[in-house]
Amino acid sequence: MNVLQQDRPTEDPAPAGDAPAALSVDDVSHSYGKRKALDNVSFSVKPSSFTVLLGLNGAGKSTLFSLITRLYSTQTGTIKIFGYEVGRDPGEALRRLGVVFQARTLDMDLSIQQNLLYHAALHGIGAAETKARAAAVLEQTAMADRTKDKVRDLSGGQMRRVEIARALLHHPQMLLLDEPTVGLDIKARADILKHVRELVHSGIGVLWTTHLIDEVNPDDDVVVLHQGKILDKGRVSDVVARAGVADMRAAFTKLTGTGPLGGES
Amino acid sequence: MTSITSDPPLRKGFGLLQYAICLKGIVWREALRYLHQRERFISALVRPLVWLFIFAAGFRSVLGVSIIPPYETYILYPVYITPGLMAMIQLFNGMQSSLSMVYDREMGNMRTLLVSPLPRWFLLTSKLIAGVAVSLLQVYAYLIIAYLWDIAPDNYWGYLTVLPALILSGLMLGALGMLLSSVIKQLDNFAGVMNFVIFPMFFASSALYPLWRVEEGSPWLAFVCELNPFTHAVELIRFAFYMQVNWLSLAVVLGCTVVFLGAAIIAYDPSRGMLVRRGGPE
Repeated sequence: MNVLQQDRPTEDPAPAGDAPAALSVDDVSHSYGKRKALDNVSFSVKPSSFTVLLGLNGAGKSTLFSLITRLYSTQTGTIKIFGYEVGRDPGEALRRLGVVFQARTLDMDLSIQQNLLYHAALHGIGAAETKARAAAVLEQTAMADRTKDKVRDLSGGQMRRVEIARALLHHPQMLLLDEPTVGLDIKARADILKHVRELVHSGIGVLWTTHLIDEVNPDDDVVVLHQGKILDKGRVSDVVARAGVADMRAAFTKLTGTGPLGGES
Repeated sequence: MTSITSDPPLRKGFGLLQYAICLKGIVWREALRYLHQRERFISALVRPLVWLFIFAAGFRSVLGVSIIPPYETYILYPVYITPGLMAMIQLFNGMQSSLSMVYDREMGNMRTLLVSPLPRWFLLTSKLIAGVAVSLLQVYAYLIIAYLWDIAPDNYWGYLTVLPALILSGLMLGALGMLLSSVIKQLDNFAGVMNFVIFPMFFASSALYPLWRVEEGSPWLAFVCELNPFTHAVELIRFAFYMQVNWLSLAVVLGCTVVFLGAAIIAYDPSRGMLVRRGGPE
């Protein structure tokens, strides 16, 4: 079965038998007053998979992100992380989730290590264990030599790496990244994208939100979101084939009826 | 490479130790931020000292304070306003915490807190406790200076018996600040808090003048002062400083703490609060 086909949600809590989806979003709608930001959105992300949520600014990506992380409450539909419903069992759902927000959320006046210690404490992880974990995740993100530095002294790309390290600190099984490469130079973008893609091999499900079509690989799963609705989802090759065009850029243009999405230079 | 398969399966729920680690982490972070803002500590200390050394010194010969509980004799005006200034420190600290939460929300740091898997009521209460811990440091620093000015309780145990009153009034004022932070949209709106919350609460209270004096001049203002929760925070502290309990003030402060904190938790609840009505905690 295609990972992005709407698979039936698992029972809550996570059942034995079929492994639950890392993330399942079922019939989710959300409105701000009369304005509908999301309209019956459904998709799922399997463990060990890299899924790109692709949409222009204003497509509803950030709203969906806020619903998954329970910054907003779901109005209709359900969102589950490894079978745990975010609305009903937020503790179990959120502890399996690592999040990198689009806006910087590090404390600029604290050092990298202090930021990581704070994050770990919010997950109930003690200082001794955190230091060991921090060493590992900072090594992974090539920031191990900057542990004592204040976040304020880091470049944009380095801050992003620290945010990814922080998101991995509590060993999540699902990683959400909301436009993590916005504002970064080409090399920093490529490095971060490469690093996050590698995480998939360790069993983590990744949902990568972007409006940059050059961040989509041919073998990725993609969800095309436009004006709050999913226009298509599945393997990139399948989406392109269904659209009857040559590549994902053309498929997106045809699906949304908009001009082509650019890469960011 | 982080491997999720190497981790033991997660046990459902959180133990007491994990709650304690979380509380410690939030208090630690607040203390670190406070240490990084030395000017905040200095201004928190200078404000009541200006009132004590300038305002109270100027008015000591004008305003006499007759024998009223908990005092057993005539007292000097600086002695009278000291509990009020202790409460003032906590009022400003509570509002400073409110400002800090609005700032955190604007800068995005608030999201780090709100996506923690621990219950939101616990996270907000921990943040409140962290703010109170900071305010206690400020109050005791002020009391040391006041002691050097010869202002001290009748009994040194008063420094200890006032502690629970300070904690409770700090919680009430911090919870009020937290509630306000949920309705303040931007940092720019914080000036309104100064004008519409801090100044009216402080001046329409028994912090600077006893209520019987107010009643002589304006009975309706005295009535407003009696309704003001800050008056009861001041009186709770004043009585506790002299090793007594003002039961009415204790009940009012306790009740207001529960109401303000409950309302703040609702306001920060993603499904019910002010944040969702505004379109989220951006």
